[in-house]
Amino acid sequence: MSNASSQSAEEARFQARIDAEDKIEPKDWMPEAYRRTLIRQISQHAHSEYVGMLPEGNWLTRAPTLRRKAALMAKIQDEAGHGLYLYSAAETLGASRDEMYRDLLSGKAKYSSIFNYPTLTWADIGAIGWLVDGAAITNQVPLCRCSFGPYARAMVRVCKEESFHQRQGFQIMLSLAHGEPEQKAMAQDALNRWWWPSIAMFGPPDGESKHSAQSMAWKIKRHSNDELRQRFVDMTVPQADFLGLRIPDDDLKFNADTGHYETGPIDWDDFWAVVNGEGQCNTDRLAARQKAHDEGAWVRDAATAYAAKRAARKAAERIAAE
Amino acid sequence: MSQHETEWPLWEVFIRARGGLDHRHCGSLRAPDAEMALMNARDAYTRRGEGHSIWVVKASDIVASNPDDKGSFYDPADDKVYRHPSFYQLPDEVDHM
Ligand SMILES: [Fe+2]
Ligand SMILES: [Fe+2]
Ligand SMILES: [Fe+2]
Repeated sequence: MSNASSQSAEEARFQARIDAEDKIEPKDWMPEAYRRTLIRQISQHAHSEYVGMLPEGNWLTRAPTLRRKAALMAKIQDEAGHGLYLYSAAETLGASRDEMYRDLLSGKAKYSSIFNYPTLTWADIGAIGWLVDGAAITNQVPLCRCSFGPYARAMVRVCKEESFHQRQGFQIMLSLAHGEPEQKAMAQDALNRWWWPSIAMFGPPDGESKHSAQSMAWKIKRHSNDELRQRFVDMTVPQADFLGLRIPDDDLKFNADTGHYETGPIDWDDFWAVVNGEGQCNTDRLAARQKAHDEGAWVRDAATAYAAKRAARKAAERIAAE
Repeated sequence: MSQHETEWPLWEVFIRARGGLDHRHCGSLRAPDAEMALMNARDAYTRRGEGHSIWVVKASDIVASNPDDKGSFYDPADDKVYRHPSFYQLPDEVDHM
């Protein structure tokens, strides 16, 4: 937070509204840095919802049953919807939809690096729903109380839809964990690969997180990265126990004094390598987005042409009637 | 030409959850015309039976008050306490009013 002497009267009034838990709406006065921070965060969140469809799309045609396929399809459609809610929220701040989308296609925009890991087996779809959507929910629930109204309202809708995502993933894990030894091994392998990236999703440790203090003062963020990570670990370890699967962390232990689980050190070098484009799938994800954009061009063109044709016909009818 | 100019218009979406309730703003989307906006709104905002009636309104057609005149725009109502039932003191003997 900037200190009192450098704060303008407007900034002070703004901060007072935030402190009083008043919500900020798009046309209200806001500091430029608040606007920029939100555009960055909301657009990155939107991109993550969008790119999040790609690793799951990989298994859509090979889902083991029709019911699983229908459920996965519904989840993927939800993620597209989440992207839409969030792009709309960013637009209320003056961001251009086309520009955000261009930044995503060019690779300039960041998205959650969790989606740069490959989905090697069907069990990965279970692990993603259980862990990745689970971590996303942990992040998103406090965002429902974010100080910026449109973001908070979008998060309320998103959170309502997310719990089905996590349950369908957990159910896949449950079936595999109670199945044949090969199926159980598949579930364990997926957990081995997804555990560390999932807990890294909460971002760098509190000491190293550069935007945190200001975002907390503005009530964009309500809890620190480490707090949210801890919350997720505490919820998830007993679920893994229930599945009869082992969390791949030799240092994991329960601290009876604090009532919390303690994990071993997270490999932040790996995390940053993936963020900076060295993940296994960064290039694939980029190519898939470009392909979808290019192959969908005729649909957008046809819709535009159809709308123009009908508008022209309506105008002609109006003139004829006059 | 900036690509901005080719952006489809923005539509605000309002949904009535069930009979007897008001239509409520639930979000927005971009579409080339009203009919496609309506279809997209159905796909995006009523995937789980959230509504039985949808309005889409072109965002550019909405006339909004200015948040800056929060004070002066609304203060004509501030000094009219007699518009509230609490302004009227009734004798203790009078009930059901
Ligand atoms: Fe989502
Ligand atoms: Fe999400
Ligand atoms: Fe999800």
